[in-house]
Amino acid sequence: MSAAEHDTTRAGILAEAERQMNICNACRYCEGHCAVFPAMEMRLSFGAGDLGYLANLCHDCRACYQHCQYVPPHEFAVNIPRILSEVRTITYAETAWPASLGRLYRGNGIKAGLITAAALALFVAGTVMLADPAALWGANRGAGSFYAVIPHNVMVALFGAAFGFALLALGAATLRFWRWMGADTAASGTDIGTGPCLAATAKALHDGATLTYMDGGGDGCTYPGEAPSGLRRIFHHLTAYGFLLCFAATSVATLYHYGFGLVAPYAMTSLPVVLGILGGIGLIIGPAGLIFLRMGADPAPADPARSGMDGAFLVLLLLTSVTGLALLFWRESAAMGLLLAIHLGIVMGLFLTLPYGKFVHGFLRLAALTRYAIEKKKGRAL
Amino acid sequence: MNDSDLNSLEVDVVVAGGGNAALTAAVSAAEAGASVAIIEAAPRIMRGGNSRHTRNMRTMHEAPTGVLVEAYPEQEYFDDLMRVTGGITDETLARMVIRGSGAAVAWLESHGLRFQPALGGTLSLARTNAHFLGGGKALVNALYRAAEAAGACIFYDAPITALDIEGGRFKAAVVEHGGKPLRIAGRVLIAGAGGFEANIDWLREYWGPPADNFLIRGTPYNRGAVLKMLLEAGAAQVGDPKQCHAVAIDGRAPKFDGGIVTRVDAVPFGIVVNNKALRFYDEGEDFWPKRYAIWGRLVAAEDGQVGHVIIDSKPVGRFMPPVFPPIVADTIGELAVKLGVDAPTLEKTLRDFNAACRAGSFDPNRLDDCRTEGLAPAKTHWAMPIDKPPYRAYSLRPGITFTYLGVKVDASARMQMADGKPSDNIFAAGEIMAGNVLGKGYLAGIGMTIGAVFGRIAGTEAAKHVRG
Repeated sequence: MSAAEHDTTRAGILAEAERQMNICNACRYCEGHCAVFPAMEMRLSFGAGDLGYLANLCHDCRACYQHCQYVPPHEFAVNIPRILSEVRTITYAETAWPASLGRLYRGNGIKAGLITAAALALFVAGTVMLADPAALWGANRGAGSFYAVIPHNVMVALFGAAFGFALLALGAATLRFWRWMGADTAASGTDIGTGPCLAATAKALHDGATLTYMDGGGDGCTYPGEAPSGLRRIFHHLTAYGFLLCFAATSVATLYHYGFGLVAPYAMTSLPVVLGILGGIGLIIGPAGLIFLRMGADPAPADPARSGMDGAFLVLLLLTSVTGLALLFWRESAAMGLLLAIHLGIVMGLFLTLPYGKFVHGFLRLAALTRYAIEKKKGRAL
Repeated sequence: MNDSDLNSLEVDVVVAGGGNAALTAAVSAAEAGASVAIIEAAPRIMRGGNSRHTRNMRTMHEAPTGVLVEAYPEQEYFDDLMRVTGGITDETLARMVIRGSGAAVAWLESHGLRFQPALGGTLSLARTNAHFLGGGKALVNALYRAAEAAGACIFYDAPITALDIEGGRFKAAVVEHGGKPLRIAGRVLIAGAGGFEANIDWLREYWGPPADNFLIRGTPYNRGAVLKMLLEAGAAQVGDPKQCHAVAIDGRAPKFDGGIVTRVDAVPFGIVVNNKALRFYDEGEDFWPKRYAIWGRLVAAEDGQVGHVIIDSKPVGRFMPPVFPPIVADTIGELAVKLGVDAPTLEKTLRDFNAACRAGSFDPNRLDDCRTEGLAPAKTHWAMPIDKPPYRAYSLRPGITFTYLGVKVDASARMQMADGKPSDNIFAAGEIMAGNVLGKGYLAGIGMTIGAVFGRIAGTEAAKHVRG
């Protein structure tokens, strides 16, 4: 019955998750903590589809670990946050599009680092070699000064392609995951019959946007330690909304450029810059806070194999915001050209790795939350 | 500082134990200004005694509260207690527990515990029992945090090896800590160290060899050491030593600490046979939790302390999923072989049972009219022919939850001595004194209520005693 150290192959992880879910389903003490356990209670069997679904409903708040009477050294050796984290990694790798890039999830932290380093090197070297030295090394002022260093067309082509591909890959992965979740519903009796409906998607977006389930059922995550705390959710909100504000800043700037013929850099009080500053601050405090919490976190409920991927993503977000704000504050100095190249290199690294790293958790989680909204309407606990 | 200083310590209040009652007492005493040492026998990760495995607290309320529906008035609560104990209770103490239950819930909430409505599968308790969000370990964690915040000193992995008690007056506890004896002197002792259900040798004194086949559902650390020391020091005893709360659990459960998941609640959906492949009791007599409370004893009385519950495919999904998979077979003969019982006898038992079932409208939510006729023992409700393969079986054993033997206390939680006098400075709370209220039988969630109510009384009285 026990498996303190389980087999970490795909089959081993799924078998271990199934074993633990059968224990939880006989206990159910944790059903008030999040959506995972009510969803579990609608099932009597746990195939790969069920487990992938439950794993992506999990927000890793860890209340179920801290409050479990069966954690190791108990022979039942229940550790749900850890095993569901391992299952999530399987779902990320196996729903990746194109499928061959699923292998990027093995040693993901190092690979994300190498891809970003390569993008950074290419941008810096390319800029130094190709840019007009006067524009690159001189003090730059006024409209069009960024584009004197790196032409606007080049930026649009490179980032449009990278971002467009990321969106395509993320969309494909989400669709593939939607199908994955339905794989074992015949066995577990949880066929929902339909695709995602509007009401369920809206509910999922609400639950995702507010992090309804990242609070341990009311008091906050038992993270970094055993005492409940709201800090993780706050830092996650700062990270996520900081990211969205930065994205909004770029979108508004694009609108300014093409819609109104206004050319960057924009004034400090302009909408793109204000959005960018607010987003950038969120994207500094959020990831820095999450990194800080991680450093003091109880390692027992964490999957050590995941620390590279999660850490790399946070560092990449932090580098994006730090280099972005640095560019803003020194944009009229002689350092602007180099800072621009560095910032764009980092952002390119971020864009390239978006569909093959921690970022996908948001998409798969929204898909799982959508399924949960539908199941909750239809199903009942067994 | 010399060696003897290193190995001794003096506090106002020594709390023996580390579960709900001990912690409630410790926090109450510490918040009232006393210096407190909590002595928990288990290591930190296994701390909390049997409270770790609990999930709710039976709570009186006159109107719906945050998590409890309708009302559960004092008299109904008391009547329930009278019914299960057959009147073996101290009414004064019982009513104190009942009246104090609402305040106990509020106190726990103010100390970091959250409550939630009844869990799935426990809807029968939605009116009477306030459920802990996350279960008993969440309660234990919250109370340890509260104890730390109140300045209590906590010793884990520290079994008490001796109590220095003279003429009913506590002086010090000797604990084994870090491989060395440590003497902790105190002006008050609060005993909240549970019963002796994990002490098989002690159980054998009352049950004989069958005790070796008992499984202990709770912590292996409830070995009754403190209880025994108090009784030997002259405490007045309450509770029948042979009484223990026993439920039928899966025979594959761990020897200790299997907790809630090892329960098997398939009994009303099938039949239960012993090792001779014969039925021995009415499987359809009553609902959970009464059913839950009697089958442990029934199985304990059978040969080898084993009972096999046999169902067919119809009820799958109608009872809480057990943690271990069933033994499955396409024929009764094959099932008998897998269970190690005589196949022709089991086939005949099934045939006789199926033939005796009278058609009715099956309804697991009420005492329905599906019963047997002309069968001994009868199955008086929920009797449906077992005829849809594959057949499934779970082998059951008695799972001991708690014992009733304890020390007598008064309304201030003060321990009473066998000579009729109160102890000068020893108080008791929780399972170690629950026998004062729950003389026998079982009422879901009342153990936690006794622990929380008497824990607060003991802690407050202890602090009062310290202040003189």
